[in-house]
Amino acid sequence: MSKTYQSINEKIAAGKAVVLTAEEVIDYVERKGVAAAAQEVDVVTTATFGPMCSSGCFLNFGHSKPKMRITEAWINDVQAYCGIAAVDVYLGATQLRHNDPANMYHPGEFRYGGGHVIEDLVAGKKVQLFALSYGTDDYPRREIRTMVGLDDLNQAIMVNPRNCYQNYNVAVNLSDKRIYTYMGILKARMRSMTYCSAGQLSPLLNDPLYQTIGLGTSVWLAGAQGLVYAQGTQHASLVERSENGVPMEGAGTLALSGDMKKMLPDFVRGVSFKGYGVSLALGVGIPIPILNAEILKRTAVRDSEIYATVVDYAEDYPQKTGNTLGRFTYAELRSGEVELLGKKVPVTSMSSYNKALTICELLKAEIQAGRFLLSEPSQPLPAAQGMRGLQCVEPQR
Amino acid sequence: MSVTKKLYLYFPKSETEKPIVYKLVKDFDLVINIFRAKVTPEEEGYLSLDVTGEAANIERALAYLSTLEVNIHAGNKGLHWDKERCAHCGACVVHCPTGALAFADQARRQLGFTEDLCVECHACIPACPFGACTSSF
Ligand code: SF4
Ligand code: SF4
Repeated sequence: MSKTYQSINEKIAAGKAVVLTAEEVIDYVERKGVAAAAQEVDVVTTATFGPMCSSGCFLNFGHSKPKMRITEAWINDVQAYCGIAAVDVYLGATQLRHNDPANMYHPGEFRYGGGHVIEDLVAGKKVQLFALSYGTDDYPRREIRTMVGLDDLNQAIMVNPRNCYQNYNVAVNLSDKRIYTYMGILKARMRSMTYCSAGQLSPLLNDPLYQTIGLGTSVWLAGAQGLVYAQGTQHASLVERSENGVPMEGAGTLALSGDMKKMLPDFVRGVSFKGYGVSLALGVGIPIPILNAEILKRTAVRDSEIYATVVDYAEDYPQKTGNTLGRFTYAELRSGEVELLGKKVPVTSMSSYNKALTICELLKAEIQAGRFLLSEPSQPLPAAQGMRGLQCVEPQR
Repeated sequence: MSVTKKLYLYFPKSETEKPIVYKLVKDFDLVINIFRAKVTPEEEGYLSLDVTGEAANIERALAYLSTLEVNIHAGNKGLHWDKERCAHCGACVVHCPTGALAFADQARRQLGFTEDLCVECHACIPACPFGACTSSF
């Protein structure tokens, strides 16, 4: 018997839904078998927590007296984009603070930026708004400097073009000097290795063929009930996959949106990558409805069945050679050491399994309490889509 | 029996001239391992060190230090791990040479900081994207 979104939602509303985390479902399916477990389980909660650079938020400040059509704005000295309506701005996660020396003295520290402003807002701190304008008849004010907090804003809506990478590269550095990347500090001559995925907990690794996650899916975005509003940028489903359908590299992505006023500070964190820049680490949880046995079977995927590909971030990644060095499962990576090219390499992570697990549990509790209902996607994510590169051609006169 | 104790000392300007480390070695027969030392432009001093020696001698040395205008903190003040800021990503783990920062709970992948193992090399400070590791040096 297969279930429907509606029948599952009815059970959730009645407080009777059987909900398991993506970790719990692994043993459950092993004990009960797929067919029996599929009858019983209604929802599996998945999650991830890690740096997600393509994130940011639209903020509406409300109008000052007299009114101002803001053309340039800085929030805690971090510039926001103002090419939209009068008092709307978009603040991006990777925007540096004004006067940050960046990598002028390499490696730069990048202590504060867009991601940290977003963290401060969600944590309830007041931030400084400084804005300029050229002045118009209807919006005469030319300058403003004031303090605002999340409660003072009309809207603060996170709109993230790319979150939840389905899988991700594993980074090493084959060169003779240490390098500074968004995968952290990579030691020279492959003396360290970094991966960045929640593996068996990660949303799109539990629904590898996008059978339930699509446009319109309700998500837990740092505690707020948000949604998938589009395919994420660089969504590329046509990649190499293992027999279980799970991609062995980046693949799918999600564009997510949610109300910052409802977010939890623990899951919205500014990050500083030495020598690279700033970003925002976010927690995302996605419930997977167990509509049939096949969907359940896919959520029972374990770290030992999910592969990730090792890439050299000193040469192959920046130069786009396409060369890769090998593959490991997340179980091997989490052991803390793997052997590559005849060498034992210590492994570390950028993604927090601990926080992802906490999110799976929080979302499970929300659903069990009848506070979080599932939504059927209005459109699926593209299932057979590649990725283009950028051709560098002579400008036309 | 010889024991090792980790100390963090703060000297106000009035005491920075005194040969304190020399006294610890000479008068109390202690082996000193200095992790970090700093004298600020105001000429205050900070010293983070291990002392190894007879328990009784360490006691006497601490008694001597307490006669000076030195603030003594037992344990590690040179590296502070902020439990609240830590996101348990693990990025610091391969950079920490002693295992002071490591996954304390493997099942939940929860990080822990074992103060006694920390040698204050500061490798974790730039490696932590969440600003959880800081130092007073
Ligand atoms: S200062 Fe060095 S030894 Fe201490 S926790 Fe940091 S990396 Fe480890
Ligand atoms: S790198 Fe920082 S946030 Fe990550 S586990 Fe280490 S101390 Fe915690």
